[in-house]
Parts: sequence; structure tokens; C-alpha cells
Amino acid sequence: MTTEQTDALIELRDIKVHFPIKSGLLFDRTVGYVYAVDGVSLSIRKGETYGLVGESGCGKSTLGRGLLRLVEPTDGEIIFDGTDVRALKGEAMRKARRRMQMIFQDPLSSLDPRQSVESLLVEGLKAHGLADDKVETNRRLRETLEAVGLPASALGKYPHEFSGGQRQRVGIARALVLNPDLIVADEPVSALDVSIQAQVLNLLEDLQNERGLTYLIIAHDLAVVRHIADTVGVMYLGGLVEEASSDDLYREPMHPYTRALMSAVPVPDPLVEDRRERILLAGDLPSPTNPPSGCRFHTRCPWAQPTRCAEERPELRDVVGGHRVACHFAEDIAAGRIRPHEVEVELVRPVDGTGPVDPPGELIPTP
Amino acid sequence: MSLLDVRDLSVVFQRRGERPFTAVDKVSFTVEPGQTVGLVGESGCGKSVTSLAIMGLLPKRGNKVTGEVLFEGTDLLKLRPDDMRDRRGREISMIFQDPLSSLNPVIPIGVQVAEVLERHQGRDRKQALRESRDLLDAVGIPDPGRRLSEYPHQISGGMRQRALIAIALACKPRLLIADEPTTALDVTIQAQILTLLKQLVDETGTALVMITHDLGVVAGLCDTVNVLYGGKVVERAPRHELFAHARHPYTHGLLNSVPRLDSPRGERLHAIRGSVSDNIPWVEGCAFAPRCDNVVDACLEGPPPLEPTATGGDLRCNNPVSEEVAAR
Repeated sequence: MTTEQTDALIELRDIKVHFPIKSGLLFDRTVGYVYAVDGVSLSIRKGETYGLVGESGCGKSTLGRGLLRLVEPTDGEIIFDGTDVRALKGEAMRKARRRMQMIFQDPLSSLDPRQSVESLLVEGLKAHGLADDKVETNRRLRETLEAVGLPASALGKYPHEFSGGQRQRVGIARALVLNPDLIVADEPVSALDVSIQAQVLNLLEDLQNERGLTYLIIAHDLAVVRHIADTVGVMYLGGLVEEASSDDLYREPMHPYTRALMSAVPVPDPLVEDRRERILLAGDLPSPTNPPSGCRFHTRCPWAQPTRCAEERPELRDVVGGHRVACHFAEDIAAGRIRPHEVEVELVRPVDGTGPVDPPGELIPTP
Repeated sequence: MSLLDVRDLSVVFQRRGERPFTAVDKVSFTVEPGQTVGLVGESGCGKSVTSLAIMGLLPKRGNKVTGEVLFEGTDLLKLRPDDMRDRRGREISMIFQDPLSSLNPVIPIGVQVAEVLERHQGRDRKQALRESRDLLDAVGIPDPGRRLSEYPHQISGGMRQRALIAIALACKPRLLIADEPTTALDVTIQAQILTLLKQLVDETGTALVMITHDLGVVAGLCDTVNVLYGGKVVERAPRHELFAHARHPYTHGLLNSVPRLDSPRGERLHAIRGSVSDNIPWVEGCAFAPRCDNVVDACLEGPPPLEPTATGGDLRCNNPVSEEVAAR
């Protein structure tokens, strides 16, 4: 494990985020839980970009929010630069937040439409007592805007006056102005047009090179994550199923889910598209209120075996040189000793049709 | 005769007190029977408005549609609303992006499929429901008998999109227009739906117009690709030709700016500079000129014409990307 490494900026140990499902007229009875994040351990080194991929409902956004304590984790430890973040209270936590900032998916809904860019940027500085010197503040704002490629005249403008790409730049500037160490970016480019995506991705890379930032990038687009991340973690139904360096993961995905995910991504090249083999997954993502026993992927896995898969939850273990996989049969699949087979489609309810109750359910905010 | 022949289709939105906005500007393309044609572009390029205009689904007021939409020789734009309604869903049908908002939330799935058969093929409810069961089965919905009486919120997003496809294909239309059918879905579900569409189109011989912003989707599916920018077709080519030698700077830039799973890592992305808001109106020159690296003086003097290329496509550009660069 990487736990003993000293250069880790942030480390998560067995993080769990469970949302209670309440029901009842007078007294809110808890009738079940949505196991949004269920035991994730990972560490991100200083200056590294960690990419978290997975489909909607896999818990990647909740994990990002849990890391910043925007939702309170149910269990587990968050060690940020040597301090246990979950033990911090009130003022101490607020102070610590300066060093961890977030960029959101949709810049239009995450920027207050009635605040000018200047006021948006100054707000954070004031909250941390960094806006006392007017001249210095002004210099800082201009410098930040320049870093994200916006003119100084943008200060007096409002979010609706910008195009989507520029608005995302304002969102990045807001995170950047506090000079943070860690930036959590939740789907930073998925709301943007393709031609604009490249601009924002390049900007994120430049900023990292200039300022030595550490990123946690959460995205559903594998090609984007592969491009920007050094290490990639793949999530499925609340747990990490595979983690490896970006190159290793894409060269040789070892978990059956990762393989299926990668084979499903369309490549803009007809020559590749015509001859590639797709691993089509049967059915939908099971409900996180009632996750399958054992390996959570065994209900859809084309390589699932009659033994172990349904009973025993596989641990994320080091298979080859830092390539961690949560699969009992990773080696056998890689060597071709196990062949894929047909999977019977199981019906999945969008809320929960399998449990004894059909609760309205608390929504997990995922893109 | 082509199955669908769109000639000089223009859609102008007019609001009182505002300058008219040309969303679609003299777009022409044809679809042959059984062919799959792609319309590709970013938001605001007019791809969805084109499809709505073909289907006659634009609002009655506030816009002006000109040009011709010939479906087997009949101009759909000149049809009476009743006649158009007879064809819609029977000869031409459409799949939309968001299946939850295009299905009626208070009517069971089965009835929504059966409705089409009752309206167009004169089936009674009982027989229509029986046929609906087979249709749901054909699009890969498990246990279709039970799904008939369920409501859209009870099934998952991928299943809803399958139900929508079942409705669209119920009357075996000759033309299917799919407007971003997989954009709201996850990649693994997207792969399921695309495979299903491809298979159904092959089996039934339905022609497909695929509208999408995702070049990857087009690469695997479409025979011919039309690239739209600012309401005009800027490049048209057979898919192998387009992806191997994109001649228009916009297409070329678009292909270079997307990170790919199979390209070498660590290279900087070649972003197209600026954004759609920098566009100039087509009457003043090429709308893409302010963002273009290949811009020459002629680009700002008037709209360049759409001219046939040596490789069987069409191109609207004064200074296209050279063959060597395009081939990469």
C-alpha cells in the first residue's frame, strides 16, 4: 500500500458515505441506506493529477464532495498534508478549506448570477482575511484573471455576459485566487462544447505546471481523464475497482468493468471503429440501495465465475507493479484462462424495486 | 430519386423588436434509402433545428422556414398539417435526446407504443398491445409482457431510450431521425443503444439521419457526414474520407482537439481558439474566419461557396487544410 509514502498530499482511508432513506409520516424512520461510497482508499501525491472515472451513480462525485466534507463521510479517515481533516471543527475546518478548492461542472449554476466577477473572487479572499490591502487584492485579482486567460476588464462583468468556456475560466479563477494546494474538479469540461473543452484542459495543465497544483479530476469521459491524469481510479457502484497509472490502465485494463468501459468509448476514427471488438455489458447499473453481494459487478460481468464472485467482495490488490485491481480472477482473465460468457439481463429499477419498500429516496447529486 | 432531398432549407427566427436570427442557412443534403447520414456540429450550429424543420415540429409562430424538404418527391413543407401528421410516425419518425421528457409520464409504456399502431395502422387496442410486446422484445427490453403496464419512471434511462426506439420503429418507417439519442446516457449504455440502432437499421432497411456532437459516434455509424457550422454545411464527405483527410479547418481542428483513447498521451491538445460567439454573419464572410488559422483575405469578403472536392465530398473553404497536413 501507498499509505506510508510521505509525499502524499491527501490520503483517504476506507471512506464511506451512506445516505439514509427516511420514511414515515410523523417520525422519520430510516428504512435503508444509499451506499453511495462504500469503502474507498486512495492517496494523491503532491503535484499529481488523479483521475476518477465511472458512470453516473457510481459515487465519484459524492467521493469528491466527501473529501472536502461538503457531505459528511459516514466513516473513514481523510488525511490532508498530515492532518486528519475529519477531526477538524468549526473555525479550524473553515481555515483548512482555503487549501482545498473545487471547480464545478456547470459554471452557470455554480456562479451567482447577481455577483460580478470581482465580487465572486473577492468573497473567498475576504472569508479568509486576505483582502485587507486594497492594492494587493487588486493585483491578486488581475494576476489570477491573467492566469486563466481572461482580460482584466472581466472584473466588472457578470456571469451571463460570458460564453460557456469563459464562464468555466471564471470558476477556475475563483478556485485559484486563494492559492490552494488541492483542486477537486467535478466534470470540469463536460458541459462545454468539444472545441472549448481542449482550451480548458490545456489551461488546467498549464496552471498545474506553473503552480504545482494537485488535482482530483472527476469525469465520466475516459478519453479526457486519460489525457489529463497521471493516475486513474475506476469506480463502480461505490467502490474502486481498478487503479493504475494512466498509461498502464489504458494499455492493459485488467478489471472486466474497465475493459467493458473502454471498449464502449467511441473513437473518432472509422478504421478503428470498424474492427474493434465491443464488450457489451448487459443491463443497467444495480441500485446502490441494495448492491449485489460479493463483487458488485458480478451481476453484469461476462467473466463472472460460479465460485467466490457472488460471495466474497474482492479487495483492491496490487496485481502487477502498482496496478491495483479488485477482481478475484484478474490474473486468469489477463492470461486468457477464463473466457467471457453470456450474461442474463437482470431488470434494474431506477429507484428501488427489489427491496421491501419503494421509498422516494434521497437523491444523490450526480451529473 | 433520393428518399429525402433537403434543398436550401433555411430557418429564420424572428422576435418582435429583435434582429432576425438565421439558425439554419440554406442547408442541402440528401439521404438515400437505407443510408445513414450524420449531421455533426456543436451547440448552436443548427443541427437540431434542421431536424425539427424536416419533421414540421417547429412552433407555428416566430420563425420562417424556406426551401424544400422532398420526401420521395413530396415537399413536406407544403403539406397540410393533417397530411403531415399521417406521415409523421408512419413514414418518418424521430428519437429525441432525453427519453424521460419525450415519454408521457402518466401513461404506461405499452399504451404509448400501442398508440402509434392504433393511429397509423388501425389496430384495436388489444392487438396493438400484443404487437407492442413484440416490439419491446425486439429492442431488448427484458420481460416485455410486464413492462407494458409500467410507467416511464419505473424503468432505467437506457430502457426508456429503448422504449422510445420501439415507438419510433413501430410502423417500420422509411426514415428515422435520431437527435443526440445517446447524449444523456452513460458510455456502456450508449454502446448498447448504438449497437441496437445499427442492427435495427440493417434489418429493416430504414434510412437514418444521425444528429450528434460526438465525432466518435459518427465514425462508427454514418455513411456520409455533414459538418455544420453557424447554420451552414461547411464540409461533407464519406466517413472514411472525412476522418482520414478533414479538409475544412473547423473539422480538422475539431478532430485534433478531442483527446482520444488510442492517441499517444502527454501531447498538448490543439484547441480551436475563441468560441462560437466570435462568429461573423455569413453575409460578411466565412463565419469561422475569426477562429480560423488558415484565414485569407477572401474569407472576409463574402461567404465561400460549397464546392465539390476531388474525393467525392463538398467543401466550403477558400484555403482548406492541405492534403499532406490533413492526412497527418
